[in-house]
Amino acid sequence: MRLTGAQIIWETLVQEKVDVVFGYPGGAIMPAYDAMLEYPIRHVLVRHEQGAAHMADGYARASGRVGVCVATSGPGATNLVTGIATAMLDSSPIVCITGQVATALIGTDAFQETDVTGVTLPITKHNYLVTTAEEIGPTIREAFFIARSGRPGPVLVDITKDAQQASCDYTPTDQPVRLRGYRPDHSPGARELDKAIDLIRHSERPIVFCGHGVVAAEAGVLVRELAERLEIPVASTLLGLGGFPATHPLAMGMMGMHGEAWVNQAIQEADLIVALGMRFDDRVTGKLEAYAPRARKIHVDIDPSEIGKIVKVDVPIVADVGETVRAFLEKLRPATRQSWRERLAVLRGDSAVRDIVTLPDDGHLYAAHVMHDLWRLTEGKALVVTDVGQHQMWEAQYYKHDHPRKLITSGGLGTMGFALPAAIGARFAMPDEEVWVIVGDGGFQMTSSELSTCAQEGLKVNIALINNGFLGMVRQWQEFFYGRRYAATPLKNPDFVKLADAHGLLGLRVTKRDEIAAAVAAARADKGTVVIDFRVEQEDSVYPMVAAGADLGTMIRRPAKTVLAETGEDS
Amino acid sequence: MKRHNTLIVTVEDRPGVLNRVASLFRRRGYNIDSLTVGHTAEPGVSRMTVVVNADDDTVRRLEANLYKLVNVLLVENVHEKGAVLRDLALIKVRAGAAERAQVLQLLDVFRGRAVDVSADNLIIEIVGTPDKIDGLVKVLEPFGVLEMVRTGAVAMTRGAELRLVAAA
Repeated sequence: MRLTGAQIIWETLVQEKVDVVFGYPGGAIMPAYDAMLEYPIRHVLVRHEQGAAHMADGYARASGRVGVCVATSGPGATNLVTGIATAMLDSSPIVCITGQVATALIGTDAFQETDVTGVTLPITKHNYLVTTAEEIGPTIREAFFIARSGRPGPVLVDITKDAQQASCDYTPTDQPVRLRGYRPDHSPGARELDKAIDLIRHSERPIVFCGHGVVAAEAGVLVRELAERLEIPVASTLLGLGGFPATHPLAMGMMGMHGEAWVNQAIQEADLIVALGMRFDDRVTGKLEAYAPRARKIHVDIDPSEIGKIVKVDVPIVADVGETVRAFLEKLRPATRQSWRERLAVLRGDSAVRDIVTLPDDGHLYAAHVMHDLWRLTEGKALVVTDVGQHQMWEAQYYKHDHPRKLITSGGLGTMGFALPAAIGARFAMPDEEVWVIVGDGGFQMTSSELSTCAQEGLKVNIALINNGFLGMVRQWQEFFYGRRYAATPLKNPDFVKLADAHGLLGLRVTKRDEIAAAVAAARADKGTVVIDFRVEQEDSVYPMVAAGADLGTMIRRPAKTVLAETGEDS
Repeated sequence: MKRHNTLIVTVEDRPGVLNRVASLFRRRGYNIDSLTVGHTAEPGVSRMTVVVNADDDTVRRLEANLYKLVNVLLVENVHEKGAVLRDLALIKVRAGAAERAQVLQLLDVFRGRAVDVSADNLIIEIVGTPDKIDGLVKVLEPFGVLEMVRTGAVAMTRGAELRLVAAA
């Protein structure tokens, strides 16, 4: 059949089973928008293109399917950049379709012209400039294939206006995409497998690391089987949370900068690390020279360039995590590790005593209370999308995720403003789930314009705004490392309840712990998006903490004495 | 330990591929000694020869990163393997009538040749391994090297042909 390039865009998207796209129209993408009206794809009009990219990302992370965003040339496309970089660092499969000025105008600094493939080259898995209608179909199919295969990532397709307007013959195909230079799949080598199995068998103090790859490869069940059969405790990276059930007896929780001190200490004492689908980020390792000095390391990752990038490993396995763990399970018999479990119990020691959640209500509202109570009230079942900063770490510490794809957060890039738009994307991917946004007062204001999107689309997300009147994480660093000189961290905020109201949405305010339950219940009962302004303790800090560049074993702990003094007890 | 590694990178001949490869080197902080690009016998396929000064670990990761580029078909580190390595240089050297014979004699030893002669200088063309060209430049320096241009190394493995991996 004879179709315009613009029609072929939507034909291909329908064929890829895309049901929703997030975007913003403009000159160079208008032919595509005009053609869109003939196709059964829902379009969500964002308020800023950054939101569109985050929505596609949130959609992808919640569902495992490819998320799609659309923008025009020039500023439309450059506004996507932060969202693309976020998806790149967290290996999230999204396809970005951007309009480009007409082919004849490329390179002339035409109105709204930017070299978008040039700009996005280092932050996409791959990108394309398409200048003819004939190329549009095959290119978009390649883009989807590349985005979701191997180590997933963002792919951008920049399509000139004349290519959208031109017509050509189009025949849909369901032939698999073949790319000569692209080999996304890897299988574990027999020799490496044997070596790894031998190390696991003979280890006395092993720890399994559950990374984002476990979630992406949908290998959680296998990892659980491995941990249970061999009695190996499991520590998670931030993006691995939920890959292994947090309430499982073998779950250690999060490792790294704001992981629990005993977990990091255990890593320093371990004799074997089985790292599954993670990349030894600096927030995970602390000072490299002192990292896990007693441990042999097995590193399983689908991306060969991650092996040996940061940490020298004893057994590199470039393969799918699921396939590798399945191969482990074929050869490994049940084992017990009583003395290691006992040692971990000793290390865990007084961490519960220091835990702020267990302290009696002293009239102050701590963010940790909000996370803990939200976890209780939602029975741990909510799909939580967090922004970046203190609240993100508190969420990771206090909201126990038992299932994968229930925590969506910007890990690698640490993108403030991520949460609300990503939650909107997740809402479309998972219409039946209860979605909670947990966001700071700083990050919220970076993309709070997407509240209008929620109102316009009639969306239901619950927003727990952790409002401490500061850019909290930076303030914490200033307190710890810059002599409490609060340079540019105090915030004078708008009235967030009124802001919600201005959008026709319900806004609530909570200032005491005993008000949390009622506010959460009211939010859950409301049909639209709700903003709860939690006025939390202003100068609370996230404990424990490994200072940047410090040895993982030396953590700044919550000062037990201060906390006790606050409760009026005497140590 | 750092040393010179020569990578043969076979790529699809598409717009922007050189940019992708160069961008990767820049982004990951690798230092390129030389980079050459040209067509191969197969239409639509180009080939780059990249010489980098790096340790083995770094080069292994560089290869892995090159493979991640969708348009890269094959990466071969020919350092250990038997490979023919050639560089071409044009060198303008000061040589009046008095020195000319002496320079031509040196060229004979290095199998270079004069491709242009003027009253007080010569243009020399030499093809050889980068080491050999370095050697010639050294002996020409006393005469006065006025100008030099080098192509950078191109390489080819001996024996069996480079195997292009079939599509995934």
